[in-house]
Amino acid sequence: MAKNNKAVLTGTHFLSGDLACAEGALAAGCRFFGGYPITPATEIAERMARRLPQIGGIYIQMEDEIASIAAVIGASYAGKKAMTATSGPGFSLMQENIGLAVMTEAPLVIVDIMRGGPSTGQPTMPGQQDVMQAKWGSHGDYEIIALAPSSVQEMFDLTIECFNLAETFRVPVMLLADEIIGHMWERVEIPPSNEITIINRKKPVVPPREYHPFQPDDDLVPPMACFGEGYRFHATGLTHDEKGAPKTVSIPEQTKLVKRLCGKIRTNTDTIIQVKEVTLEDADVVVVAYGIASRAALSAVRKARTQGIKAGLLRLITIWPFPEKLVAQIAEQAKAIIVPEMNCGQLVREVERAAKTTPVSLLSKLGEEPHRPSEIVEAMRRM
Amino acid sequence: MRTEIRFAGFGGQGIIRSGLMLATAACIWGDKNAVQTQSYGPESRGGSCKSEVVIADEEIDYPKVDEPDIVMIMSQEAYNKYVSTAKKGATILLDPSMVTEVESSLHLKTYNIPATKIAQKLGKTIIANVVMLGALTAITKIVTPEAMKKAVAQNVPRGTEKLNLAAFKRGYEYGRQLKG
Repeated sequence: MAKNNKAVLTGTHFLSGDLACAEGALAAGCRFFGGYPITPATEIAERMARRLPQIGGIYIQMEDEIASIAAVIGASYAGKKAMTATSGPGFSLMQENIGLAVMTEAPLVIVDIMRGGPSTGQPTMPGQQDVMQAKWGSHGDYEIIALAPSSVQEMFDLTIECFNLAETFRVPVMLLADEIIGHMWERVEIPPSNEITIINRKKPVVPPREYHPFQPDDDLVPPMACFGEGYRFHATGLTHDEKGAPKTVSIPEQTKLVKRLCGKIRTNTDTIIQVKEVTLEDADVVVVAYGIASRAALSAVRKARTQGIKAGLLRLITIWPFPEKLVAQIAEQAKAIIVPEMNCGQLVREVERAAKTTPVSLLSKLGEEPHRPSEIVEAMRRM
Repeated sequence: MRTEIRFAGFGGQGIIRSGLMLATAACIWGDKNAVQTQSYGPESRGGSCKSEVVIADEEIDYPKVDEPDIVMIMSQEAYNKYVSTAKKGATILLDPSMVTEVESSLHLKTYNIPATKIAQKLGKTIIANVVMLGALTAITKIVTPEAMKKAVAQNVPRGTEKLNLAAFKRGYEYGRQLKG
């Protein structure tokens, strides 16, 4: 790759998903990457290692993924837009500190290019097996946001969206892609920088003396001062009050804080959630899919329509928070729902919960090959 | 129209790079939609390796190859594994120094390209995949030779462009003669 000191590489490119993700991060304003290489996310680290120094950013390869996310949290406190990228085994190591990021409301982005698990599993093969881990991997009650790209263009676009959401809600945001999307090459259009929407965290509007780092505005999100700007900022993993002081026995403080951490996401689901609907209006059979499985699903829905099957697709771009209301609405009209996933059945449970009495059928797939469109069409016929 | 192309061999032969070059040529210089996917084991050399390209005028929904129209094969193992999955009447390009046992009963258009031998004559075995790509371009006309040459030049290590373009040219000429 030629030397390029521009943060936004405006133009048409042919890139892999991993590379597009790195470029999306840079376009979003990411200037710190702390990471540890792991297949199939290594190309993100490589690209960031090359590109960040060219544009005044910092790349640090840490000793492991625990340290990587710790460094990213620190960079976030210091005011940088920061991210890390990993795969299942590294994502597991990060879980404890993801809780710290949630508790201290550090905006940051974690990319998980999902491979086959459990454990070290199949490093070069695809999976969608970390979907529940993304939501529930750290202990305690909390909410995060996770987006699932299904194209290389979306690896660029949604990485920017991840940063915007992280900055808006002061929350860790995850880009959950699978190995196929990460390693796939496709055309990417990178717009001029002035056409890219960038959101930066709210800063305090009060003088340092009056600032409380965990005192929320009406949207439940506190303005965030950076370390070194002259504001007092005490960050702790312990339950804390609005000043950041530990409150380890108070029932009201525990209730207030945890409810707010969950509430700032739960009350904003309508603005956060993004989906793509394809011929749902009159659909009898609806496929709910995300990531690589949604590409086969789209092809299947188109094929089914030519064969007289009233099929539709609900492609989830946001998987956390889960679009429960929308799935419930669709389920009321649909006769059957099919969920193709590259796991033994994870998000299908959320779909079942929302769909109530409408039959939901899982199409599970493990290993190298994703679902074939013909398999999904066959499943539609069986329903 | 949708065309599916599969490249198969083992790690180190430039299988993934070949797919990438074809997809780049089609997408950036061929005015088509193209997507490339890949599959390989944890070992970077010697393990079986596959690369898939879909080229279409329309938007590409499913990015993987289902029933390939064109298959480029550079190992016996890959031949045994993938030749039966090709579409009826598909074009198969294989290197006879790598694939020695060939089934004749299949309804396929098979072309033997002595890519390894040609590459050796040019001085480097490693460019055999580019010889194959030259032949593939001539035989299938899936992209123009001009587009393919640009994609080759962009995707090889700096300083090796001339050698790789020579390999492409030899492969292209060989393919054109075979095609008649």
